[in-house]
Amino acid sequence: MADIRHHPEAGTSVPPGQGMIDTPASPEVEIQNYTINFGPQHPAAHGVLRMVMELDGEIVERVDPHVGLLHRGTEKLIEYKTYLQALPYFDRLDYCSPLAMEHSYVLAIEKLLQLEVPLRAQYLRVFFAELTRICNHMLNLGSHVMDVGAMTPNLWLFEIREDCMNFFERASGARMHAAWFRPGGVHQDVPLKLLTDIGDWLDTRLPRLFEDAISLVADNRIFKQRNVDIGTVSRDDAIAWGFSGPMIRGAGIPWDLRKSQPYDVYDRMDFEIPVGTMGDCYDRFMVRVEEVRQSARIMKQCLSEMPDGPIASFDRKVVPPKRGEMKRSMEALIHHFKLYTEGFHVPAGDVYLATESPKGEFGVYLVADGTNKPYRCKIRPTAFSHLQAMDFMMKGHMLADTTAVLSAIDVVFGECDR
Amino acid sequence: MSDGSLTFPRFSTVEDFPSAAQAALGGRLVEIRQCVGEYALHVERETIVETMTILRDQLAYQQLMEIAGVDYPDRAARFEVVYCLLSLTRNHRIRVHVGTDEATPVPTITGVWPVADWLEREVFDMYGVLFDGHPDLRRILTDYGFRGHPQRKDFPLTGYVELRYSEKHKRVVYEPVKLAQDFRSFDFMSPWEGADYILPGDEKVSATEPGAPTPAPAPEKPAPAPVAATPPPGTPKTTDSPAQTGEGKADPKGDGA
Repeated sequence: MADIRHHPEAGTSVPPGQGMIDTPASPEVEIQNYTINFGPQHPAAHGVLRMVMELDGEIVERVDPHVGLLHRGTEKLIEYKTYLQALPYFDRLDYCSPLAMEHSYVLAIEKLLQLEVPLRAQYLRVFFAELTRICNHMLNLGSHVMDVGAMTPNLWLFEIREDCMNFFERASGARMHAAWFRPGGVHQDVPLKLLTDIGDWLDTRLPRLFEDAISLVADNRIFKQRNVDIGTVSRDDAIAWGFSGPMIRGAGIPWDLRKSQPYDVYDRMDFEIPVGTMGDCYDRFMVRVEEVRQSARIMKQCLSEMPDGPIASFDRKVVPPKRGEMKRSMEALIHHFKLYTEGFHVPAGDVYLATESPKGEFGVYLVADGTNKPYRCKIRPTAFSHLQAMDFMMKGHMLADTTAVLSAIDVVFGECDR
Repeated sequence: MSDGSLTFPRFSTVEDFPSAAQAALGGRLVEIRQCVGEYALHVERETIVETMTILRDQLAYQQLMEIAGVDYPDRAARFEVVYCLLSLTRNHRIRVHVGTDEATPVPTITGVWPVADWLEREVFDMYGVLFDGHPDLRRILTDYGFRGHPQRKDFPLTGYVELRYSEKHKRVVYEPVKLAQDFRSFDFMSPWEGADYILPGDEKVSATEPGAPTPAPAPEKPAPAPVAATPPPGTPKTTDSPAQTGEGKADPKGDGA
């Protein structure tokens, strides 16, 4: 029997009886690793991701993710738009959590302008940022369980997502691309009925649907077999690879920007940060599950504490006046005209501002040169550093684990490719 | 505003940071700048690896969150590479800036943080900044076979090529960009306050010609001076007195042209 089981070039071992050739006529058979394309069109790739995977049988040896298939040049486009015109581009980055993307951008502008924002606007922003988090996690958790084989929870979680979309529509007029956070506050106040409806929803429909759906998978044997000890990341690796959000919390580091570097009124909120113990896909999943509950808790606090008052700054050099005011005041009309043609000017300076988006640290490095357009707006996507770690997370795993690891990253290509 | 407050993330203020950074980095540090409460360290390009190692190991900035490129075409070292660092233990953020140009590589910091791999690839892709010692300096976000570095300020917003599916060739073909209308970029510089260019339309009138254009046939004379050579109107476009309006005069500027 020719010993090709440990052929040096092959770098692999073949189980006996499979592909074995024991005649000396062809002793130089080389069993090579082969390379496959995962994507760019793949239902479990969560978008357009092409991964060149080197496989040894079914074991993944190397992963080379090719990103950029959804690159739209957002950062370049922003340089040619005024600060306000650039805002809707942020909705289109991570289209699963649009308001969380806007949050970093408006805070960066407010930091450069040193602009004060009324309390009600800050509460509204926190409230809707948390609703966005729930909405985002519904999509991620649902598609995660679907990627590893379960169908029903996804359908139930999409019910919740649909509710969230309807709430966004009632607040801003748009289901997804809200463009509702504005430098200096929010665009419009919300009707009281919307807040009471969301309050009822948080008490009844959300927990019922969500806990039902999660009860199907959280202790499910198959789900655990597909996720526990898959894609394990140690604390040191998580830090070195620039992890953030549920990825770093899943690895056991209690790091949440809402807690450690609170923005808006997060410092008034009482909530817990869930952390994982093993750093595997199951931990990341369960961290997100608990985050949904904590988000609901934050939203209830917002509802009970939210004061009445203005929803945007009165600095008329940044925030346009109300339409009714415009009809009576010449100055208001001029301000409105100037803000919607020229826009506001931001003093020269640069700032890196990061918030806790549902997927992790979403940052904006904004360079202002004193004009009405950003000189440079570098967007720090969460998925970029997480996806980069695919290679070491996948090493030695089976091909079928790819989808679980990818889902647990919570990757959205609008944001990764920009 | 009575009930308003500042909104941006409040991380800890490290009071002694400039002196600590100066002591730890020594001559590697060129300048410490503070803008709206954030520290930016400008360091020598060649020492970036040592600087990053010191910042990570001695000053406890454990995480590299982002590497951003910025293009300042007016500077001799036109590119700036900005590293955004985060300290999980001290709850503080700083930025490290290095300058470079098209030809001079920046030493890679993939040995300090593995996450720098893709981040440096992106800066290379977008700006053409070279990273010395990078294990795999390929393009990352742009198309396979893309030419140019799109985030440079001299790269047009529309790019140079567009692609479409060709029914004839049964594949996607690349063609030069054809625009039905020129890209219009408005700036909002006031022409009275330091705009150093000719306003659109003003290039039709050179300073040596008499007043407003008339529908009369064009006089026989050599072609007008090229647009670029025409200086902007020297005098501000204001009329302080009725005598300056040129009212009723055949030759309003009185220069006999």
